[in-house]
Amino acid sequence: MSADCILMVDHLSMRFGGIVAVNDLSFDAERRKITALIGPNGAGKTTVFNCITGFYKPTAGTMRIAHETGAEIRLERLNDFRISKQARVARTFQNIRLFPGMTVLENLMVAQHNALMLASGLTFLGLIGAPSWRSAEKRAIDQAKLWLERIALLDRADDAAGNLPYGDQRRLEIARAMCTEPVLLCLDEPAAGLNRRESAALSELLLSIRADHGSSILLIEHDMSVVMEISDRVVVMDYGQKIAEGAPRDVRDDPKVIAAYLGADEQEAIAVMESGT
Amino acid sequence: MDYFAQQLINGIVLGSIYGLIAIGYTMVYGIVGMINFAHGDIFMIGGFIALISFLILVSLGLTMVPVILFIVLLVSMAVTALYGWTVERIAYRPLRHSFRLAPMLSAIGMSFVLSNFSQVSQGARVKPVPPIITGGYTLLEQNGFAVRLSNVQIIVVVSTIVLLAIFTWLVARTRLGRDMRACEQDQIMAALLGVDVDRTISMTFVIGSALAAVAGMMYLLYYGLVDFYMGFVAGIKAFTAAVLGGIGSLPGAMLGGLAIGLIETLWSAYFSVEYKDVAAFSILIVVLIFLPTGLLGRPEVEKV
Amino acid sequence: MTTLAPEPTGVSRAPMIAFIFKKALISALVALVLFSLMIGIRTEAGPTGQLIYWTRFGDLAAMVAIVFGGSIVMELLRHWWGPVGTVRIMPPSAQNALALLRRAVAPILLIFTVLVPVIFYDQRYILDLGILVLTYVMLGWGLNVVVGLAGLLDLGYVAFYAVGAYSYALLATNFGLSFWICLPLAGILAALWGVMLGFPVLRLRGDYLAIVTLAFGEIIRLVIINWESLTGGPNGVSGIPRPTLFGIPLTPGDDGLAARLGIEFSPTHRIVFLFYLILALALLTNWVTIRLRRLPIGRAWEALREDEVACRALGINTTTTKLTAFATGAMFGGFAGAFFATRQGFISPESFTFQESALVLAIVVLGGMGSQLGVALAALGMIGGFELFRGLEQYRMLVFGIAMVLLMIWRPRGLIGHRAPTLFLKQAQAISSDLAGEGRG
Repeated sequence: MSADCILMVDHLSMRFGGIVAVNDLSFDAERRKITALIGPNGAGKTTVFNCITGFYKPTAGTMRIAHETGAEIRLERLNDFRISKQARVARTFQNIRLFPGMTVLENLMVAQHNALMLASGLTFLGLIGAPSWRSAEKRAIDQAKLWLERIALLDRADDAAGNLPYGDQRRLEIARAMCTEPVLLCLDEPAAGLNRRESAALSELLLSIRADHGSSILLIEHDMSVVMEISDRVVVMDYGQKIAEGAPRDVRDDPKVIAAYLGADEQEAIAVMESGT
Repeated sequence: MDYFAQQLINGIVLGSIYGLIAIGYTMVYGIVGMINFAHGDIFMIGGFIALISFLILVSLGLTMVPVILFIVLLVSMAVTALYGWTVERIAYRPLRHSFRLAPMLSAIGMSFVLSNFSQVSQGARVKPVPPIITGGYTLLEQNGFAVRLSNVQIIVVVSTIVLLAIFTWLVARTRLGRDMRACEQDQIMAALLGVDVDRTISMTFVIGSALAAVAGMMYLLYYGLVDFYMGFVAGIKAFTAAVLGGIGSLPGAMLGGLAIGLIETLWSAYFSVEYKDVAAFSILIVVLIFLPTGLLGRPEVEKV
Repeated sequence: MTTLAPEPTGVSRAPMIAFIFKKALISALVALVLFSLMIGIRTEAGPTGQLIYWTRFGDLAAMVAIVFGGSIVMELLRHWWGPVGTVRIMPPSAQNALALLRRAVAPILLIFTVLVPVIFYDQRYILDLGILVLTYVMLGWGLNVVVGLAGLLDLGYVAFYAVGAYSYALLATNFGLSFWICLPLAGILAALWGVMLGFPVLRLRGDYLAIVTLAFGEIIRLVIINWESLTGGPNGVSGIPRPTLFGIPLTPGDDGLAARLGIEFSPTHRIVFLFYLILALALLTNWVTIRLRRLPIGRAWEALREDEVACRALGINTTTTKLTAFATGAMFGGFAGAFFATRQGFISPESFTFQESALVLAIVVLGGMGSQLGVALAALGMIGGFELFRGLEQYRMLVFGIAMVLLMIWRPRGLIGHRAPTLFLKQAQAISSDLAGEGRG
């Protein structure tokens, strides 16, 4: 591997009973780059995500995270919360999973739970109001405020998260994931349901995350304008397998990819492309 | 060996009763996703209705036992089914789309209402009846111990088998059964396709209650008594049976019922009677921890 | 130019009356069938052991008539008030006044409670009632941590109450330890029991967790009844020593508190002492809960209730979070149990039935999950309501059941319909309960 990879997926397979959702998938995501995972519906993209983020135990294969310290973590060996806590992989969800009954600010504070728990001395320092706890809390609030400014929700910090409009909720979910200070951010269809303006703002946010925080991003997306604009690398799946991989432009023109999206076969796609229509 | 055989017979009979109650739990949980805490008390009401109708028929002068039993069965099933229907209409239907704790607390409240209703209306004392069906068969006799199969036991098991066959056919072959299965899978879609969801859910409760009534009547015939508290304990055990068999599965409920009945009987016979309820409750905990989908249930994959 | 007359609005009277009448008739018929055997006939074990019965057709007719009339009343109310759940918008002046009132309720209630022994010094009955209410307030606040904050369905809370009570009783009668030493021990033992219980079952979801906790509660009760050598079985433990003010007993003798303070002894002293003791314990529960809510652990509890999957994705160890909620709630239950034992002087398994768990759960849900004030008001209402049934004990649980059903239909989210955020930049805005999660596990 010439490039510095943060995520290495090798021969990943996932079976549900008789159904093979993911079949021998291998790909890498480079550090400090944005990698997009695309493919028609039912291709198995969210299943891959769920394997990487610990919601499913893969039937076969390995997924490795390489931290900059040189430590390598096998994701299939960790279960649920440890993937966020130890492997520093954060994710957002297709159906937005905020804490609707808590305020925007509280949502971002929950994300910093592990750091705050340590700072509160497993709660005991917090109970007695120790100054070290108080300053740690203040730092966490400041961190939250920073993110709120970036996603332009600072004036809605005290509103219930469930009351926010859809686009704001999506951005809040991303900010919340970033508050866990991950090395890899996995986004499940972050542009779903966003209009053109909101998609552009999202692209800008993701690009700034890559630039300023040095986080690597892996995203599933159907909105091709977002994919083309921000991805450094695209992996295409269909029927649980990888059918193409490369720079966005190359993937876009690949007849196999076109055929998969059209539901046609490859020969037809080549014929259509060559005829110039 | 004969002692064991006798316990086996007793266990199967008790298990049939639990199984009949368990079917009601599993059907309701499958279709509306709630544990009907009042179902055990429906069983108790069924027993009381059977008791009272029996008393009336006898005092009216009827003497032919099969006729009496048949009438008592019908009356008890019909009236208890009406109780089940009413409970669903009053306490569960308004809360169907409410938040999750609401139907549970409503069910607990309904359970208190039913058990205290019978306590207030019929007095708190246990009601005994003289044995209605007597006689039986001695299967084998050895060393002075006889393994007996009483007529009551035969009736209980045979009725259970017949009813189980009828309702399995109902669920698999009739329109109502199909509607039930559709509602279990996706209520909204079923409604969009023309299934009367309210009526289907009501019928589920009605059928479950009717079966519980039969169980109540069998309990009365077998043990010769009813009391207002019997619903609570039997309810938990029957729910354990439903979970053990796999919630949502009709044959599973019966299987679970038999298992619980056997375990309870064998435990009382060989270990201690006082702790037999503890044994049954512990099974519930063990099953839910190690085998949450039960013996015949389908594993649930969490969708994120 | 023709002007169109507006369409007649509102349903005309005659079909409306017919509709209501028909509905009432159906209800009455259903009631007739349901009650015919259970109310119309009364069975009892006769003098010679056989079953006898007599008829009560008068009662039956009365009940059917009540159902008929009640059905008419319900329909009329529904017609006038609109269906359950309609939102009424109040004018802003009324809203502001109400908000002001709401903020004042908690401090006023607290001051009143502190002054109760002063105001009602001679009325032993009121003081006893106050102690009972405060005990349930504390139990409600304890269970609130588990059910209200963390969203875990616990139907067996009475088990921790029992562990606390029996721990104190057995430690005091067998080892002669004082109340003040046993109190923290009772809490620790109850918390340990909570952890042991919680560990295997806390990954169960929703209803399953509820029924398992119910089973645990019953197991505890059955073990207490049957393990006679340890717990005295159905006879319970008696002779539990009364509490002392850090070693000074409240007795008439020369070493008693009264003698030391130079005032005349009165048995009311002990009751007043118990009152302030339970008040202090309850306020401690309240204070700890409020502080914990503002700390990461409390926030994690509430996040758990909102969306457990999201918590896991944020790196929160949901198992330990659930366990701490469970253990904290159990600890407070244990404290309350120890108090109960010392107040009564005698405990038996009869005090620790499923009905107690259901009652405390009803208090928490009625109070509006997570709201401290709501739980206190609900406890006051429920226990006060129970007291009204002195002498009519058999109807008490029946009415309680009916009340639970009605309250769930009318106000499923409880009295206090909103959640107060624990942190705000500019202004705390109450969040409507409709948004708050219910907890899936």
